Parts: sequence; C-alpha cells; structure tokens
Amino acid sequence: MKKFKMPETLSQEINNFELLNSFILKREIFDKNLIILVDQSNLINVFKILKDEQDFAFTQLTDLCGVDLPHEEIRFQVVYNLLSMSNNSRITVKAFTDNSNSVPSIKKIYPAADWYEREAFDLYGINFSGHDDLRRILTDYGFEGHPLRKDFPLTGNVEVRYDPDQERVIYEKVDLKQEYRDFDFESAWKGFNYPENQNDIEENTDD
Amino acid sequence: MTEKENEKFRINFGPQHPAAHGVLRLILDLDGEVVERVEPHIGLLHRGTEKLIESKTYLQALPYFDRLDYVAPMNQEHAFALATEQLLNINIPIRAQHIRVLFSEIGRILNHMINVPAQAMDVGALTPTLWGWEEREKLMTFYERACGSRLHAAYFRTGGVHQDIDESLINDIYEFCDPFLKVVDDLESLLTENRIFKQRNVDIGVVTKKDVLDWGLTGVMARGSGYNWDLRKTQPYESYDEYDFKIPVGKNGDNYDRYLIRVEECRQSVLIMKQAIEKLKPGPIVTDDRKVAPPKRAEMKISMEALIHHFKLYTEGYDVGPGEVYASIEAPKGEFGVYLIADGTNKPYRCKIRAPGFAHLQALDYLTRGHLLPDLSAVLGSLDLVFGEVDR
Repeated sequence: MKKFKMPETLSQEINNFELLNSFILKREIFDKNLIILVDQSNLINVFKILKDEQDFAFTQLTDLCGVDLPHEEIRFQVVYNLLSMSNNSRITVKAFTDNSNSVPSIKKIYPAADWYEREAFDLYGINFSGHDDLRRILTDYGFEGHPLRKDFPLTGNVEVRYDPDQERVIYEKVDLKQEYRDFDFESAWKGFNYPENQNDIEENTDD
Repeated sequence: MTEKENEKFRINFGPQHPAAHGVLRLILDLDGEVVERVEPHIGLLHRGTEKLIESKTYLQALPYFDRLDYVAPMNQEHAFALATEQLLNINIPIRAQHIRVLFSEIGRILNHMINVPAQAMDVGALTPTLWGWEEREKLMTFYERACGSRLHAAYFRTGGVHQDIDESLINDIYEFCDPFLKVVDDLESLLTENRIFKQRNVDIGVVTKKDVLDWGLTGVMARGSGYNWDLRKTQPYESYDEYDFKIPVGKNGDNYDRYLIRVEECRQSVLIMKQAIEKLKPGPIVTDDRKVAPPKRAEMKISMEALIHHFKLYTEGYDVGPGEVYASIEAPKGEFGVYLIADGTNKPYRCKIRAPGFAHLQALDYLTRGHLLPDLSAVLGSLDLVFGEVDR
C-alpha cells in the first residue's frame, strides 16, 4: 500500500505537467491539503487531466460544496475534493462563480457530482450548466431562498404550525418573541475599541 | 395499450416506512414487481446543521456532530476535532489519542450492532436485532460513564478528550471484549449460513469496482467490492499506525459480502480496543495549551489566570485559522469528512460535512434498477443509512 502523498510532492508533480500547470491561477498548502484555484472555463479540462492522467488518477469525487463570500467581487466559490485511491493522494480544486455566471457541471466526468451539485444549487443558488436535473434536494418542497448564503437569516423566513381551523399545516412568517441575540465576542478577546474622543463617551452615557 | 404496459405504475414509498431506516421517501417506477427507477427524496430531516455551525463558536459547534450519525456519535466528533487541530497545529497527548481510538472502535461496534441486525430484519429475521441492541446498551453505558451521556457525547474536544476515564471503566470495557466475541459468533450462527438470509442477499445489489469510483462510495461499500482501502491504514490519523489489525475485503461487492465485512470488523474492533486498553498509561488527556483547552477545576480554585482562561474559553471560545482543511476519518459507514474554512475568528466561516450516506444513497437508483421490489429494502439495509447524516 502506497504511503500518503504529501501536498508538496503533488505540487511538484503538477509543476512538471505543463498543461495542467498553465490552468492553475493560485495554489495553497495547508497541512496535508493542496488547494488549487482554477478558472471555471478550464474546469472540465482540469478534471479530465486529474482523472485520466496516471500520475494523478483522481478517480473519486469525495466532496463538492459551495462557499459564500459576499464581500468578494465574485461572490461564490465551488470547492471540489478529489481522492486518488491508487496514488493515495488528495487534492482540493476551487473555482469562482456568481449569480450571473454558471459553473460547468462535472456530472459526466464524476457521476457522484449529481446530488452534490443539486445541494450546492439548493443551498447557495449556484448554477451548474449542463446539469439536467438541477432541483432542490435538502430543503422543503416549495422552499424559497438559498439558506446557506450569509445574508439568509439563521432563523429562516417562514415557520410551520398546525392550524386547527383549517385542519392542516400552514406556513407563516417567522415571529421572533425576542430579537436574535448575536453576541460578537471578537472585539472582547482583542480588547475593547475605545472611542478616540473622550467627549463621545460622555455623550453616550447621557443617552 | 398492450397488457405489458398496463403493469407499469408509480408508487410512493415512505417517508414513514419501517424499511426506509428513517425519513426516506422514494418514488418508485415499477413494472410489475421489477424496479425500473428509484427516485429518493431526501431532506426530510434537514436541520441546517452547517448553517447553525457557522453561527456558533468551535466548542458550541462540536455537539452538532453527535446529531449527524446518531448511531456512532463519537466518530463524527473525531473528524471535526481533527480538522480544528490541524488548523491550530496542536498535538494531543498520547493518552487522549488512545482514548479516542478506544471510543472510535466502540462507535464502530455500536454502528455495526445496529446495521447488521437491521439488514437481517429487512429480510425477515427479528432475533438478531434483539441481541444487537443488548450489546449496544452495554456500550452506551460505557459512553455514559465516560462523558455523562449515552448518545450525545460531546466528548472528543479540540486538543484531546473532555474527561479522563477511570480504572474501573477501563476494566469493565476490557471485560466486555471477550464475551462480545461470543455474541458475534452467535449472531453469525443465525445468519451467515442461513438459507433465507443468503437467498435474499447473495448477488443482490452488486457494486463493481468502477461503480465505487464513479459514485464516490467509501468504507464498507468500497471494501465489499475488493478495494483494500481503509483510512485507518492508508492515511493513518491519531495513533492508528501503532495498532495491529486487519482490513476485511470482499470479492463480489454484493449485500452478503458487505454483511460479512461488517461482522469481521466487529472482531477487529475488539482487537483494537484490547490493544488500546493495554496502551493506556496515566497522563494528561488534553493539550496544555490554555488558549484552546480549559484548565482543571482544582486549578481554577487557586489560580486567577486559570479562572480567566476558563471564563474566556466558555464565553468567547478560541480563535482558529485563517486557513482551510479537509479532515477525514474512517467512520463505520465510510469516509466521514469535514471541510472547514476558518477565518481567524472564534466561529467557523464554513463547515461542509461530507457524509458517507449521502453518496451511498445517491447510488441507490443505479444499484436497484432491474431488481425486484423486495430486494430494494435488502439493498437499503446494506447501504447502512442514517438520515441524520444524509440530510444534515
């Protein structure tokens, strides 16, 4: 059984493979993970190389997920985690997309991508072009919105209850008896940010 | 319309059905009794775990992992603990590593003791279930004695484990091992050569080597088809490389091979548990990095510094990152992974949970086409699904 291929070695092998190397915009290494960033237009080519070339042989798609970065210029990331059993190595591939652009579906290369892409569509609203069955998968029938986006409220928008008059379960707008308490502890750990002007504090205490 | 076409119909299966192993809804296209297409509808147990984790500190996020695959809770926590430890770049003490291995293997037996009998029940045998649950009950008592709760453990914390386990518990676990092997033998005597069990499982739900790659199948599903692939051996985490155990591998990739592998894994787990107990030497059970793990109670009574650390850790939590890692473990059901993006604050920015059951259920349609309807429930049983982790 082969030993786990460390990301440094894998990165070196990618350097030796010119075509693949030219597709990579950025690469990072965190502990045992090699993360490569590629343009979405090259995605299909990258996956074909990673899957078919014997040096890489990433034949299994372990995971696919979306990430929301609302403050970035291009809002969404799609992250693919690949595994090669024969070479005993892993790689993470990333691509960017936003509301107006779609990512090519890799269902034809990795059939397992089917549900994962549906999940990313459901939770983030990421569009996968070429996916023939892009329906919601985890949320309720008739659900509105994309719950894992950062601007989607944690409490959701609607709640369900049984209505004895209508004798069925109905949807209602969420009614919070108390405002959602989001304690921002970040500042406390680093120390409180005191206002520069002493007068500001006095004004605040008057309120 | 010919007579043949008349026999085609579409039925709804579940979401409340004893053979569905939880809240699974299937839309079945049948031709007589032959399954033509299966369309699983999942998400009926979706609780938004990933969204909730994003709004909690790392310590508060941990217990959500118990609620994914609630059949083997500690194995899930393990993946999350490993992910945060990789990001924080901390090593955990030897004793904590062995305790983790010990309880991971208990988790594996917990899982197989529910899955093997459930697979048998799906084809009509009731007795194994009763025997399996009895063993689970004993193991859950060990869980309770280690961390205070039978199911929702929250025991594998970042930096080690929450509490130390005492000698009497270790002795009781050791005493559990050998009689348990007898129970496994008894279980096998009911099922392995059972004519009905074999008729319903041999050559049913065959997974080829190519299917394993295409559908991202892991764990027993991959090993049943002949892959000698177990993350405990191939990508050892914790101290698994110090342990001596074997990986059972199947040949035919059918339900029956998967059943045999699970039974053998129970025996191997017992072997590992015994080794872990021998390796357990007194020592710390959690890292001494006070910015990650809380101090001892006794220390807090005399040290102001310890008190502050305790307060800060339980209100604000620890900061992780920035960075992103994918940490995976060999959960009883397959590869359970956590893809964690940390932005340097006390809350995870994104935590994707890679559940083995999700990939396995996806392959159901492919696996059952052309099978008879009763085979569907047999295949479902051998896929080893728990909807807590499929729906998240």
